[in-house]
Amino acid sequence: MGLQAYLTLAAVVFGIGLFGVVTRRNTIGILLGIELMMNAVNINLVAFARFSGSEIGMIFTVFAICITVAEAAMGLAIVILLFRTRRTVMADHLDLLKG
Amino acid sequence: MAETIAFWSLAVVLVGSALAVVLSRNLFHSVLWLALALTGTAGVFLLLEAEFLAAVQLLLYAGGVVTIVVFAIVVTERLVGERITQTNRRITAGAVVALAFVAFVVDFISQQPLAATRPPLTSDLTRTLGESVLTRFVLPFELLGVLMLAAMLGAVYFARPED
Repeated sequence: MGLQAYLTLAAVVFGIGLFGVVTRRNTIGILLGIELMMNAVNINLVAFARFSGSEIGMIFTVFAICITVAEAAMGLAIVILLFRTRRTVMADHLDLLKG
Repeated sequence: MAETIAFWSLAVVLVGSALAVVLSRNLFHSVLWLALALTGTAGVFLLLEAEFLAAVQLLLYAGGVVTIVVFAIVVTERLVGERITQTNRRITAGAVVALAFVAFVVDFISQQPLAATRPPLTSDLTRTLGESVLTRFVLPFELLGVLMLAAMLGAVYFARPED
């Protein structure tokens, strides 16, 4: 399989994640969509590194995975904090900043 | 030939479970489908001969992220006694945005001169990654350690007991 197949697969997964982020009403559901998008980016990074002939590029995937885990932990901590103060995790109800 | 079959089966698993993540009505089922999608991604990494990254993906993502998401669901949903259902809104608009994005990117990819075959591996990939992370990329590696510490402290601070 060529590089194009991997990039197309990653683009499709990214699009599905984008759909989830745009349409989900639950904040945790939105975070799951973001995880899917990050995952698609990692596929891209590995595929480009493997096909370019210089595997050193995969180091960026290691960094990206670690940063994603930190992002997930912080995002869920914020969700728990929101739930504690507002008693809801529905994004529609979190409109404190709406003018 | 074997690679083609493996790629297409992995692609079906990955796209199917990703769709289930964003369409499932039960939030808990969404997380389980996400675990399958992340495992499928580890399979794609294996297909690209990145065994170390596949292991990291399984340990950190499928093991770590899924666990903390399940914890977050248990903390936020079960306490109020609601059913853990969720709905989507503006499905048409979301589908149009996502499809337009995918069409644009796929069209862009198809017009680029991309490599059809990969060069053979010149060295042990895990060894190369391990050596470069402690030599050439040692500063980003240390910064990553600071980031992880900051994230951990921040999460503990946010989740502290109310006083």
